[in-house]
Amino acid sequence: MTITYNGEKTELADGTRLGDFLREKGYRPQIIAVEINLAIVPKSDYETVVLKEGDTLEVVSFMGGG
Amino acid sequence: MSTENNAAKDTLVIGGHEFSSRFILGSGKYSYDLIKAAVDNAGAQIVTMSLRRANDDTQTNILDYIPEGVTLLPNTSGSRNAEEAIRIARLSREISGSNFVKIEVIPDTKYLLPDNHETVKAIKTLAAEGFICMPYMYPDLNAAREMAAAGAACIMPLAAPIGSNHGLATKDFIQILIDEIDLPIIVDAGIGKPSQACAAMEMGAAAVMANTALATAGDIPAMAGAFKKAIQAGREAYLAGMGAERVKGASASSPLTGYLR
Repeated sequence: MTITYNGEKTELADGTRLGDFLREKGYRPQIIAVEINLAIVPKSDYETVVLKEGDTLEVVSFMGGG
Repeated sequence: MSTENNAAKDTLVIGGHEFSSRFILGSGKYSYDLIKAAVDNAGAQIVTMSLRRANDDTQTNILDYIPEGVTLLPNTSGSRNAEEAIRIARLSREISGSNFVKIEVIPDTKYLLPDNHETVKAIKTLAAEGFICMPYMYPDLNAAREMAAAGAACIMPLAAPIGSNHGLATKDFIQILIDEIDLPIIVDAGIGKPSQACAAMEMGAAAVMANTALATAGDIPAMAGAFKKAIQAGREAYLAGMGAERVKGASASSPLTGYLR
């Protein structure tokens, strides 16, 4: 299936769980926030949410700024 | 009462949270390795940051460099309207775990001037969701009143365009906000030198925020220390009550009697 991850079309195995995707990318849950189709995913749901065809996934974190 | 006693009780209160420091530090445009030294030398208790798409490599996250106990102040930079600012604020709260947000809505990419109207709209929504809204704004009294009515916790007028180091270009209008708005007025953007930060504090500003002034300094932690002293000096001068300026002429400081002639 194809999702849009941080603006890029990305191929994933069907049924990929959000938690597994984030781990594979090396993300630490405490320093990121996740949005799927413009809805924030609470950290407590990372292990249960399953990504679906056509999802728009955004993973954000803090950077320097004024 | 001594100055020390006054200073000990003189705290900055934002959204019910008390701070002894009146220097808000930005973290943009310099190495994360310098953040701790800058925070220490600044005596800063609040540090701003931005929210962006994450990189897969999370080994160098800014949160690893910010000292324990510092209040994180995420900004909504990148937002061009209220809706985008609200989205960024909500995502930021997921990470920071706190309600502080610096609302900056900037549709203009040349001068980076904030949109006061969209900012008011964002405050209305975010304040209702429990956010402690710290709006960056163009210093306009009517807009500041609307922001206060919408639930802002302070007002952050710009001194000059972001990153310009030009100093208090909007001085007269910031003074109006200080005199008329019953919220902390925190001078943000454009402050380039400690003397300018000191001047803002002498005017009665509640705090000063600086980023570029430090990021472009030769020695960033040393400049943070210089700003700290200037902000403290300006605050103490404000509390002491400034003497009036004479329009013209002079006024002798020494007695005008008993000359040895």
